[in-house]
Amino acid sequence: MSTPQPRPLPNGGQPVQREPQGNLIVTADRTVSTTCPYCGVGCNLQLHIKDELIYKVTSDFEHPVNQGNLCVKGRFGYDFIYSNKRVTTPLIRKQTQAAGARTQAFDRSEWREASWEEALEYTTDRLVEIYQRDGEHAMAVYCCAKATNEDNYLLQKIYRALFRTNNVDHCTRLCHAGSVTALLKSINSAAMSNTAAEVIDSDCFIITGSNPSENHPIIGLQMKAAVEKYGSKLIVIDPRKIEMCDFAALWLPLKPGTNVPVFNAMAHVIVNEGLVNREFVEARTTGYADYVKTLDKFTPGYAEEISGVDRNLIIEAARMYARAQRGMIFWGMGISQLSHGTASSLGLIHLAFLTGHVGRKATGLNPLRGQNNVQGASDMGAMPFFYPGYQWVDDETNAQNWEQLWNVEPGGLNRKRGLTTTEILTHAHPGGVRALHIMGENPMMSEPNLNETRKHMQQLEFIVAQDLFINESGAFADVFLPATSWAEKEGTVTNTDRRVQRVRQAIAPRGQSRPDWEILCDLAQRIEARLGRPNSAHWTYNSPAEIMAEFGKLDINYAGVTYERIERHGLQTPVPHNTHPGTPFLFAKDFPSGRGKFIPVDYVPIMEPPDEEYPFILTTGRVLEHWHGGSMTRNSALNEIYPAPVVEIHPVDAAWANFTDGQPVRVSSRRGSVILRTRVTEKARAGVIFMAMHFAEAAANLLTNDALDPQAKIPEYKACAVKIEPAAEQDLPHPDVTTERGRW
Amino acid sequence: MPATVTLEIDGQPITVPTGTTLLNAAALAGAMVPTICYHEHCTANALCRLCVVEVEGARVLAPACVATAAEGMRVHTRNERVERSRRTILELLHSATDISEAPEIQLQLDDYHANRERFGNCEQREPEIIDDNPMFIRDYSKCILCWRCVQVCAADAQFTYAINFSGRGFETSISTFFEQSLTESSCVFCGQCVGVCPTGALKPKREWLLEQGQAPADVLAATRGPGKKQRARK
Repeated sequence: MSTPQPRPLPNGGQPVQREPQGNLIVTADRTVSTTCPYCGVGCNLQLHIKDELIYKVTSDFEHPVNQGNLCVKGRFGYDFIYSNKRVTTPLIRKQTQAAGARTQAFDRSEWREASWEEALEYTTDRLVEIYQRDGEHAMAVYCCAKATNEDNYLLQKIYRALFRTNNVDHCTRLCHAGSVTALLKSINSAAMSNTAAEVIDSDCFIITGSNPSENHPIIGLQMKAAVEKYGSKLIVIDPRKIEMCDFAALWLPLKPGTNVPVFNAMAHVIVNEGLVNREFVEARTTGYADYVKTLDKFTPGYAEEISGVDRNLIIEAARMYARAQRGMIFWGMGISQLSHGTASSLGLIHLAFLTGHVGRKATGLNPLRGQNNVQGASDMGAMPFFYPGYQWVDDETNAQNWEQLWNVEPGGLNRKRGLTTTEILTHAHPGGVRALHIMGENPMMSEPNLNETRKHMQQLEFIVAQDLFINESGAFADVFLPATSWAEKEGTVTNTDRRVQRVRQAIAPRGQSRPDWEILCDLAQRIEARLGRPNSAHWTYNSPAEIMAEFGKLDINYAGVTYERIERHGLQTPVPHNTHPGTPFLFAKDFPSGRGKFIPVDYVPIMEPPDEEYPFILTTGRVLEHWHGGSMTRNSALNEIYPAPVVEIHPVDAAWANFTDGQPVRVSSRRGSVILRTRVTEKARAGVIFMAMHFAEAAANLLTNDALDPQAKIPEYKACAVKIEPAAEQDLPHPDVTTERGRW
Repeated sequence: MPATVTLEIDGQPITVPTGTTLLNAAALAGAMVPTICYHEHCTANALCRLCVVEVEGARVLAPACVATAAEGMRVHTRNERVERSRRTILELLHSATDISEAPEIQLQLDDYHANRERFGNCEQREPEIIDDNPMFIRDYSKCILCWRCVQVCAADAQFTYAINFSGRGFETSISTFFEQSLTESSCVFCGQCVGVCPTGALKPKREWLLEQGQAPADVLAATRGPGKKQRARK
């Protein structure tokens, strides 16, 4: 045996002195457990804090939602709270804004700092003046799917109990209104039926109109595990070759807006091949006979002609889903954000009815909710049709119950349904909506056809913005109320699978910013005093927990939710009483409507099909690194890894139009145009280009179509006709135009 | 196959479900077996060998994180042979890597009376710190090659497969393909790897900058540099 030759030693054989790499080991002053502020998955975050700086985020490996896993936004994207562009002092516009000639003020010099007293008194003056002059229909409010349940409850309470209006809505209108309307019509419940993690127990699941690995990254992980580790089969029905296609058994690359023919053709196959779950259809549904008659024309061949999906793929997908023991459907904006969003969603609901894939564990209907608290804000009545708990505002008993709870005189609450998010702005004219209160939303990025939105915003007489940043909408405001971020306040949020979880204060409020619930309590007391109402609706809460106790009295779903009970892992609504363990999946016995209704749907093409002048279909969406209008992520280090907008175009189209990767192009629709770089990628489908909605310098929503679904009032973000022309380097918007300007 | 097996751990009989690892069986018997590469939420991979135990009649020591309990086994979780093996493993780790930020391993060094100078003359792995993105730094001089980061990047969590082992023997390191920067790789910056790193080799950039003595305001500015770089994506 030969002696191994020693490796030559560094340092001439002298022992190496170990210098610690860091100068000091950082130990946290404290660690705070809270819930992620980004998407609807609702991951647990552990914030590690040193000298008021959150320097690290980890997560609880035992947490039922995310098992210690996070995405880039949750783990690293919190630094917007420290941005020097954040506003932490109440501001009032220097120049009084006139309705019709309102301008955007991004520059700090156009605002003056005010005390809270002055800012709130000014807001009260203007709101009460408009209310007393024009009445309740002049008042409107955008609640906020990023704010807590308690914040949203209070804001809708102010506008309902004090200003007597139901013009209360939030961005749910712009994302899942189509799904909500369809689900309410067919089963009278709009939430996700399952816990997302149940996907590992399914043996087949459909993802359609959703890009979970970017937009619900942690649910995306569970889906990948379901395929790779638990043998579940995945069917992706989506125009884009999203990452989940790599894990799919079948990918049905349909043209945008052709969901109904594809879903109906799948139903056609299920019915014709005798794959219907008769027992379920007979016991749990109505309207089957009439529905089946409408399927005749939806042969796989017909669907292929319209959607471009090979008929054999449709047949195979139908068989795979119908023959599964436990099938789940997950869907996103690609289903709902169409002028026939309601019909699209109904098409999916029918598939679950036909196969009986609903009402058991790992079977169900799952519209993946976008925002961290869009489920909660909807539960809290931040919608024009409902009091908290989805209680119709035009139902006399409901109105009386809330009058009693809010100490409003009998008959005081408005029994008429209010305006939706999209309608609030289109009604912004003399005689219509005059005052708009915006908490945390950014319609100037999120509405379709932004050039039109701009005109509506200009028409308003008074705007109050309550936010962290002066975003594109807040720049139109008369008064700016600086709110705290999620890391500086207490409350609860409800995630996509209905889990109510705590948000906890980790650091002191920055500057003079205040938690939304405190701002709203303060404002409400001033408004109530000014209006001289005989009764007080009660606005003196000591903590958000007291606010929750109040709505729990009338909202049965939250009756058993208390801060003590959700201390660690939260509870899934409905939680009807204070020993109830929560509800992981819904509809075990029946639907809230009793039987599920088959509601036949026909194919309606998109409102603006491509033609010779505008040959491409534009579809819009989000990317992993950014969030919605960009107020948060574009003021974060996330912007460093995805700094600029691109338009994704398929190599075939790029070759046809002679575009290279990274080339500046002008993308135009009939409503607007933007200039940005191309990204030539097979992720796009030939004939369809993709843009993300986050970038103010090339806002996708300047191009999108504001045609609405007639029932849900949701705009057709997912398909409009556009053309692409070459542009010059110098035409590209300078990044400073939006990133350096006054969002400060 | 019977539902349970009965074995003896440190002389104490215990009955556990079939398929239970010796690590979990020992825990049930009240014997704490030390681990380094093992993480409850990753697939056990038996790389570090610190969890070895002696099974009577077996030729070599068995890694408790993957070895399963069998009927009639007689297991010793801390006899002289086991101690000597663990001590050598710890001394070797200490000789090649900077484990100053792994307090659990430091405790084990003390617990096993490891001689920190036993291999004092040996070469250390001292690659440069890789600072190629605004989210986290990679200081592979602290890397003990436990493989957790590779596992969570792959099928234990993220299914992204951005990193893996590269090189052989002493030159082994964790790397992207062709040593690309993370921004050029398939990395999605989820940071699952940072979440499971036991030694501080992977560290959020803000934490690392604080350690360098930077003030909080500078830390935030440093992760928002002007160096805007278009990220390569598939």
